[in-house]
Amino acid sequence: MVAAPQSPATAKLEVRDLAINYGTKQAVSDISLTIRENEIFGIIGPANAGKTSFLKAINRMEDFDTNMSVAGQILFDGVDTRQVRNVYGLRRRIGVVFPLPVGLPMTVYDNVALAPRLAGVRNKAELNVIVERCLHRAALWDEVKDRLNALGSLLSGGQQQRLTIARALSQEPDLLMLDEFSIAIDPVTTMRIEDVLKELRQEMTIILVTNLVQQARRIADRTAFFLEGSCVEIAPTEDLFTGEVSDQRTRDYVEGRFG
Amino acid sequence: MFASSELNQRNRNRERVFRVLFGTMTALLVLPVIIILVTLVVKGGPVISVEFLFGNPTNGMTAGGIFPALLGTVWLVLVALLASVPLGVAAAIYLSEYAADNWFTRAINLAIINLAGVPSIVHALFGLGAFVVFFGLGTSILAASLTLAIMTLPVVIVATREALQAVPQSFREACWNMGATRWQTIHRVVLPNAITGVLTGVILEVSRTAGETAPIMFTGAAFFLPFLPQSVFDQTMALSLHLFVVSTQVPGMPEQLPFGVALVLIGIVLIMNSLSIALRMYLRGKKKW
Repeated sequence: MVAAPQSPATAKLEVRDLAINYGTKQAVSDISLTIRENEIFGIIGPANAGKTSFLKAINRMEDFDTNMSVAGQILFDGVDTRQVRNVYGLRRRIGVVFPLPVGLPMTVYDNVALAPRLAGVRNKAELNVIVERCLHRAALWDEVKDRLNALGSLLSGGQQQRLTIARALSQEPDLLMLDEFSIAIDPVTTMRIEDVLKELRQEMTIILVTNLVQQARRIADRTAFFLEGSCVEIAPTEDLFTGEVSDQRTRDYVEGRFG
Repeated sequence: MFASSELNQRNRNRERVFRVLFGTMTALLVLPVIIILVTLVVKGGPVISVEFLFGNPTNGMTAGGIFPALLGTVWLVLVALLASVPLGVAAAIYLSEYAADNWFTRAINLAIINLAGVPSIVHALFGLGAFVVFFGLGTSILAASLTLAIMTLPVVIVATREALQAVPQSFREACWNMGATRWQTIHRVVLPNAITGVLTGVILEVSRTAGETAPIMFTGAAFFLPFLPQSVFDQTMALSLHLFVVSTQVPGMPEQLPFGVALVLIGIVLIMNSLSIALRMYLRGKKKW
């Protein structure tokens, strides 16, 4: 379905001249960047910087929002996502975790088994393996292994968010996008998930949108600073914090002078 | 320490006034229902007997039972449900889950709401023209039920649409993000969580269908039939029309009889509804988010 990666062999995602509009309101303009395979790519920036819109465009969520229009190119493994016919196949390869946890009103087991089932897995033993593995990786297994038949929507907020992550992993994505995943969960759980993400990097590319500058510092390999719909700067994460930045606004934001 | 200021005092007084006001309004609403039910039970209750429920009318309908009408009403409601629930639910799913939110969809929604306001006698004439004459169904249970179905479609559509839209959008997005198609999302996540609302629509429809008289008068309900309908292509008696007939059209009617018929009509509606109410309660117990 997808051709071999083009020029830089490590480019997972290439964004060229991306512009996103909601009606007449411009949310993102002129973003071009490359996200490499198996890196954790952090995106920081204040509210209304276009971070979430950027993620939505990658996943082609504009198909569900008639108000949202996307111009420019996003190449996923070298293939222009706007031209992909099988958008469902594309989305299956991209796991998404949104700020607020969404435990679907079905059992914990069914939550995690949903994506494999949608993809046609029927074999009970196979599903069991997937469910257990994904819950393990999302650091949730020990807490729910005895109540896999409890409703996912009745778990605590932090548990639901890990359930959401487990669900995203159950798609076996090669790109995982997390949008401020730690907003509704406690610091301890956040740290555990961050550890999980560092491990997952071996197998997939991760885009981490975060409001917490320090979170990007802890785990992102490279970080982009978005401001008012444009990408101000992309640099190896440590450089942003040691002052090796080319734009004063980046330094101000990172050091907490605004935003 | 907690001495109340003048403002506190005023707020508390106001609180009391509104509580009493709204409570009174509710009581006023419930009152007619209670009066109706008590009257029916007191006056109609003594008429009810096995013979009344399962016998044929005799002596120009002034004696005997009402079984043909009772069975006819059950027939009419069931066939109407079979026609309108699939149609209405499908339309509601389309409007809520597939159709883009543009002027055309809004126009359709408006039309559906207006359809609910069309007087039943107009539906009756439409049913006569369309089903009885044009489609050649004749005056039959089928024609009458289809007329009732058309009339109650807006109820089913609106109730279903409301139920679908009460399902949080985040559930759908979570599902789409996994690569689910719209249909997969609907049947795995949206519908299971909206089913109680759909059943509410069905309950409303049963109540309305069983009680309507005008739409079935021209399309399939008979004044008096001494036999039971054998298929949906037969005419039938119906409780609602029978109630009208015994109340106004037959001289020398025992005073208690119409009350008995009305009581049975309400009982039938309650029995049919209790089925879906029980199902709804069961499903609601399982739904939580």
